Amino acid sequence: MSFRSQTLLWVAQRASAAVLALCVFVHLGVIIYAVRGGISATEILGRTQGNALWLAFYSLFVLACAVHAPIGLRTVLNEWGAWRGRGCDTAMWLFAALLAWAGMRAVMAVTG
Amino acid sequence: MSGNLSVRVWRGRADGAFQSFEVPRYASQSVLDVVTHIQRKLDATLAYRYACRVGMCGSCAMTVNGVARWTCRTHVDKVAADGRLEIAPLHHLPVIRDLVADMREFFDKWARARGSFRGTKTRHDGFAAVSPASRKRRAIEAGIECIGCGVCYSACDTVAWNPDYLGPAALQRAWTLVNDVRDTANPERLRAVAGDGGCGACHTHLSCTERCPKQLSPTAGIAGLKRAVTMAALRGTL
Amino acid sequence: MNSHASALGNDVRARNHPAWWAFLVHRLSGIALAIFLPLHFFALGQALEGAAKLEVFLRWTDQPLFHFGVWGLVVLLAAHLAGGLRLLALEFLPWREWHKTLAAIAAGFTLAAGIAIALAL
Repeated sequence: MSFRSQTLLWVAQRASAAVLALCVFVHLGVIIYAVRGGISATEILGRTQGNALWLAFYSLFVLACAVHAPIGLRTVLNEWGAWRGRGCDTAMWLFAALLAWAGMRAVMAVTG
Repeated sequence: MSGNLSVRVWRGRADGAFQSFEVPRYASQSVLDVVTHIQRKLDATLAYRYACRVGMCGSCAMTVNGVARWTCRTHVDKVAADGRLEIAPLHHLPVIRDLVADMREFFDKWARARGSFRGTKTRHDGFAAVSPASRKRRAIEAGIECIGCGVCYSACDTVAWNPDYLGPAALQRAWTLVNDVRDTANPERLRAVAGDGGCGACHTHLSCTERCPKQLSPTAGIAGLKRAVTMAALRGTL
Repeated sequence: MNSHASALGNDVRARNHPAWWAFLVHRLSGIALAIFLPLHFFALGQALEGAAKLEVFLRWTDQPLFHFGVWGLVVLLAAHLAGGLRLLALEFLPWREWHKTLAAIAAGFTLAAGIAIALAL
């Protein structure tokens, strides 16, 4: 990977972090609200299903996660796993794809 | 001040071991005094490095009780309240022998970070006028006081986890030149400090800032480089 | 550059200062969250097969061990959020001597989030 790509990954990590900071803040509020008096599927889905705002919010959240987590994990594997280079980078692309796919599937399931 | 210090000193190369010595304790004794006592009175084969003894040259840095320090200006009282000292060579550099670390990698990285000044003027030109109050000049005020002792490099875990990482001192040096209005090497310098081995590898452990004997903050300079590299990457000038 | 022996590597004596502990919390919480995310997404994906399927899953997780797990994950999320904001502030705002204050704020926020979720659970 060229140093330009490495730098862009670093910038993407920080940019996604800024987006995630807002998302996580809202999500923490949602969690605390949702778990009061026990969590129930009908209660959650009743709130979220067919709601375009939640769809947009959680789509953004999922995609930011799919950018942020693999870049962070790549650094951890480089440093603590001594796993560097193309193999690790490919695995991280796959991890990003997995997060984006599973995450969007979950968003569709909950808000669709 | 009386009694003895129990001192464990690293002997041999990287696969060496600690050797114990008893050293008389004096008032205002520095760790370098302790090492010198061992070498002069107890074991003349002990290898260590020092020059100025007054905190200017940056050659006597060692690991004292697990922490990188300049030994000439580290008082025994301050680091060995219980009368025990463990003295080892700087971490994260190859050991030549005993307390002497091989500094080549450390200084090679200064070169790799484009740590040398490149100007356009000759001796026939006049002085460059740099206002001491200008933002850029103030940004390098601290960084240019670095004495190259290697304490920050030894304190930094990232240089051990990521062998390509240029390290705090080299990046701080690059930061001083990025802000030097006379310097002309800056597009290349930002490229040299970008990427996985550059400023972005810094995790803001702040160990360099915590341990720098001159109380400089290489982390501050590295943060400045991160911003400069980010701007260059976004503008497409990297 | 592996010519230095492990006996000469940094240990807790070199690392024992607030910013290093803040780093460790950030890294470990990040790893845990990265592992948890796919599981979280697959669990919510159960709702694709109807509310009943998700309800079965939620009932199955309605036990003290899972409650503690949820609490732990929320605390890790809060810690990673607060620690991340601290890093963004240190990296992108003009440098000042406030890293210990930021770490204290991050720890306080994490604690508050931990108490809030514990009371709500």
